[in-house]
Amino acid sequence: MTEKNKPRTNRTGSRREFLAGITVASGSLMGSSLAQATTNTHAAPQDPTKIQGNGPSANGLRSEHEVLERLPALNIVSLTPLEQLHGTLTPADLHFERHHAGIPKIDPREHHLLLHGMVDQPLKFSVADLQRFPAVTRTCFIECSGNLNTRATEKATVQMLCGLTSQSEWTGVSLRTLLNEAGLKPGASWCLAEGSDAAVMTRSIPVEKLLDDAMVAYAQNGEPLRPAQGYPLRLLLPGWEGNTHIKWLRRLELSDSPFMTREETSKYTDPLKDDTARQFSVIMDARSVITSPSYPQQLEQGWHEIRGIAWSGRGRIRAVEISVDGGKTWAEATLQGPVLPKAHTRFGLPWRWDGNPAEIASRAIDETGYVQPTRRQLIDARGPGSALYHLNPIMHWLVERDGRVLYKAEPWA
Amino acid sequence: MTSLNCGRPTRSRLIRHYIALTLLLAMSSQHSLGSEPVRYGIGQHASQAEIAAWDIDVKPNGEGLPVAEGTAIQGQVLYADMCEQCHGVGGIDGSFGSLVGRLPEDIFPFGRDPTMEKTVGNYWPYATTLFDYIRRAMPFDAPGSLSNEDVYSLVAYVLQENDIIEAGTLLDQSNLPDIQMPARDRFVPDDRHGGNQIR
Repeated sequence: MTEKNKPRTNRTGSRREFLAGITVASGSLMGSSLAQATTNTHAAPQDPTKIQGNGPSANGLRSEHEVLERLPALNIVSLTPLEQLHGTLTPADLHFERHHAGIPKIDPREHHLLLHGMVDQPLKFSVADLQRFPAVTRTCFIECSGNLNTRATEKATVQMLCGLTSQSEWTGVSLRTLLNEAGLKPGASWCLAEGSDAAVMTRSIPVEKLLDDAMVAYAQNGEPLRPAQGYPLRLLLPGWEGNTHIKWLRRLELSDSPFMTREETSKYTDPLKDDTARQFSVIMDARSVITSPSYPQQLEQGWHEIRGIAWSGRGRIRAVEISVDGGKTWAEATLQGPVLPKAHTRFGLPWRWDGNPAEIASRAIDETGYVQPTRRQLIDARGPGSALYHLNPIMHWLVERDGRVLYKAEPWA
Repeated sequence: MTSLNCGRPTRSRLIRHYIALTLLLAMSSQHSLGSEPVRYGIGQHASQAEIAAWDIDVKPNGEGLPVAEGTAIQGQVLYADMCEQCHGVGGIDGSFGSLVGRLPEDIFPFGRDPTMEKTVGNYWPYATTLFDYIRRAMPFDAPGSLSNEDVYSLVAYVLQENDIIEAGTLLDQSNLPDIQMPARDRFVPDDRHGGNQIR
């Protein structure tokens, strides 16, 4: 397959189609950037060994030859260019965004985290206070539960289709430590987490999850959180839907029942075909996506590595299988270690393309034995009205005879 | 008897024991590197006033509702002024969707029919959520600016337009939690636990 970074001008048409087609409840294309990316005009010397290079600098920049950008859409999200990344970590500036009232400006010296409700001792922590506790670090993904563009066309990149997942190494203080510090009262079983954005975003989290593996994070990939990721503090709930990882965290209130906030009732719930709605469906199901070959690549005959990422909110990825005949037969891919729980895991499998049309797909299997379903299986299980959250179908790429790679776009019905 | 007498804790012996124990504790605290305390003693006590300034959430049982009241008559005026531009005239067909709309016999076909629009009247399970959300996040261009009376009035207006409360109802902290929303019993907690099943 040829270059990873096709000139951005090739992608502009698809970007418009994407913006027109994306299904987000609220309308209006406020402030979406439709501007074409500037063409790279950097000229490298013919022989770099014959000229002194630039000296060191305070802040490193990417090569002028590499254009790595999030794709902002609808003024509420920006998507990670998954098909342009390697390994499993997302550079902090490319971590996807989903904001409900924009990014608040917060002075970390003025910011506090309040811990109160059903605790022995209500406490108030400054950011500096929290950094005095023993630190914990873990690598995990955060994925928005609305991470499938069900109206995509065949000219859709991985970024457009499902760029609302990213992975970082997060550092902070364990919730176990903080709850121990305040002292949980008997019967405290739920906790309201609240942000200091203009939505004053709230979600109810079971104490069981907080005591299991949650943290209040203050760092991402070794540096303080980016403002878009909750600076100076965010809640981190490994494996759970992005909306629950409350950014700009200011308050944790312990209680004996859920608060039934707007997000966990009217929004992030899943209507089912039996005329009910599934609530607190917060764990992200196992999923995989092939990032190469994918649109807009142009394949040459010969050997390629089919590669991508797989992840599960319930633990480790056990296996990823790859098909080149549209799902009739499957072969097991190689997983790149370390295979971490609740983390993007890189997979790959060499493949020789013989020039005939092919239909490439991947499916993930996690350590609970869950097998990533087909689109049809999901629709049959839940109903066609379930087309918004927690969609993790097997995705197919069509390799045309001329080497073009297209997304196999099918309606959610 | 002598031995018994020797074992009796005299005042001076108690003091000596106390001093020894204090010294021991003091010495051990110098060697606390690597040990984990029961509590670290980090962070300040949060006062009731500090908590009250931020504690704006309202629960389904009414916990957190402020003492105030409002009616749909007041709410209609506020709505036209601050909400209508995004949420539509009468809460219908706004650029950010509809707030108002009931389905015949309160059916709940959202899983079967992707074209069905969710509204407060046909989807929201708790009226308290409406109060909590309007107070914390609305109006969009001036979040958190409404008085408690304003919020009760707007909640009353949206509920009245959805035919959930009768016209003229005075809404306050005592009757808001009792309102039965049409979709109240439609929500079921996720009971999936992984494994080889698709649900």
